[in-house]
Amino acid sequence: MNQQDFEQRNEPVWKELDAVVTALGKKVTPASITLSAKFPQLYRQVCHDLAIARERQYTTHVIDRLNLLMMQGHQYLYSARAGNITRIMHFLGGGFPAIIRREWRYFWLAFVLFYLPAIIMGLAVYYWPQMIYTLLDSNTVLQMDWMYSPEAPHIGRERGADDDMLMFGHYIQNNIGIGFRTFASGILFGIGSIFFLLFNGLFIGAIAGYLTQRGYIDTFWSFVIGHGAFELTAIVFSGMAGLKLGFALLAPGRKTRSRALVDAAQVSIKIMYGVIGMLVIAAFLEAFWSSIKLISPNIKYIVGAGLWALVIVYFLFFGRAQDAD
Amino acid sequence: MLDSYREIETPEGVELLLRPAGPAPRALAWLADVFIRSIVYMMVGMFFSVFGRFGTGVIMIVIFLLEWFYPVLFEIYWQGETPGKRWMGLRVLNDNGTPVSWGPSLIRNLLRAVDFLPLFYGFGLISMFMNRDFKRLGDLAAGTIVTYKDNLMHTSVVPQTTASTPPLALKLEEQRAIINFAERSQRLTDVRAAELADILAPVTGAHGFASIQRLYQMANWFLGNR
Repeated sequence: MNQQDFEQRNEPVWKELDAVVTALGKKVTPASITLSAKFPQLYRQVCHDLAIARERQYTTHVIDRLNLLMMQGHQYLYSARAGNITRIMHFLGGGFPAIIRREWRYFWLAFVLFYLPAIIMGLAVYYWPQMIYTLLDSNTVLQMDWMYSPEAPHIGRERGADDDMLMFGHYIQNNIGIGFRTFASGILFGIGSIFFLLFNGLFIGAIAGYLTQRGYIDTFWSFVIGHGAFELTAIVFSGMAGLKLGFALLAPGRKTRSRALVDAAQVSIKIMYGVIGMLVIAAFLEAFWSSIKLISPNIKYIVGAGLWALVIVYFLFFGRAQDAD
Repeated sequence: MLDSYREIETPEGVELLLRPAGPAPRALAWLADVFIRSIVYMMVGMFFSVFGRFGTGVIMIVIFLLEWFYPVLFEIYWQGETPGKRWMGLRVLNDNGTPVSWGPSLIRNLLRAVDFLPLFYGFGLISMFMNRDFKRLGDLAAGTIVTYKDNLMHTSVVPQTTASTPPLALKLEEQRAIINFAERSQRLTDVRAAELADILAPVTGAHGFASIQRLYQMANWFLGNR
């Protein structure tokens, strides 16, 4: 059969698939449901025609047209079905902690990279307060003094709801952004994640050490303990997700580097889903709970300890049934 | 086939050809998206600034969401296109040619933060030039590829003339080359077309314009317009 006969004979099928694919790309209507029943057979026919056209070396314009048509059909046939609620529940109900436990090496590495500099810097600043100036300039330190000093005029006064919203926006933008960057920069052979973990650890340690040494214990610690459970843990998790990316590039094992990277990213992004959730919770607590002045520090310590316990229990014990897979 | 094509094997056993998009159209698409976002920021800013500090908080959240999730949501719900990509005729696909899904889209868009370093997509550009599919770091990690939506490079058809028999038997690839020339020649200047046709002077037995005409006639013959 020569090309023109081939085109003439199959033209109706091609036109029909084109019409069906166009209709299916739009809103679902009763008419499009009837059409979708025809789709598989038309699609298979076009795949078949494309194979024949290639084999017989027909001209480019026919092959390109069939290739495009098949591409459109392929897109429709293999489009992902909408993410369903059961998968999210499954993830929260155990999938997330199971991943964290399975990747325990990266967790402990990120944990140490974050908390070790925090503790060392915290102790250093506690015993030698002038050490704070290695990280912060004097203006920032003064401002911090003013924020947490129990004698400051604003302490004990309630801040308005509009200020809470302002801070919520700020925490969302700032903290989740830090989490994302800590993860993403892991692709630079892990260096970026290590940098962000160390840097944030040093910073947080220095501030905690300084304010403790100044004696602002109730104003500072009662403020941070609650949301810290989610925020600090999430920062460690995003570092861990980034380290996994970097390590896949450094030591791909028996896979190619690109394959190892893609596989690692599939796991890391699941950790990041969890991180996003945790940081939103943290921002919410920080803006609307930690800042309430009416509640006594003791209650905040108790609730904060409860939140830490919740986080630890969740990641230690939830989803044990999924550990095997 | 041309180098820049990327072949993917489908479950149907038929190969699909994708045409990966290079840095220039992608940069334009990105600029268009930046422009659209800026307009949204301005509108949201003007509206919510009335609400004082509360409004500022809302503006910050909107900016955060749009900066990180604008591409993700469009890629998921618009079959791999953002408005900028649609304008440039681009589309993001998974490496196996299926529409991009949540995980890969989120990976490639979070890793923008690194591709953007040290400034204006420096790392992304270096990465694009180091692999044949123009993948930036985010695409490498996500297993995604940015392609042209259609790969219709050749829309012209062979000009209809009277068919005439070629003077000698030609192999299938040789026939294909002549047909492709006939298709493409309309997009070339006359001089260039004649120059190419002259290469086959021993076969056509003619020069210049006459040689082109002879090749058209042969192409028609191969196509079966006898």
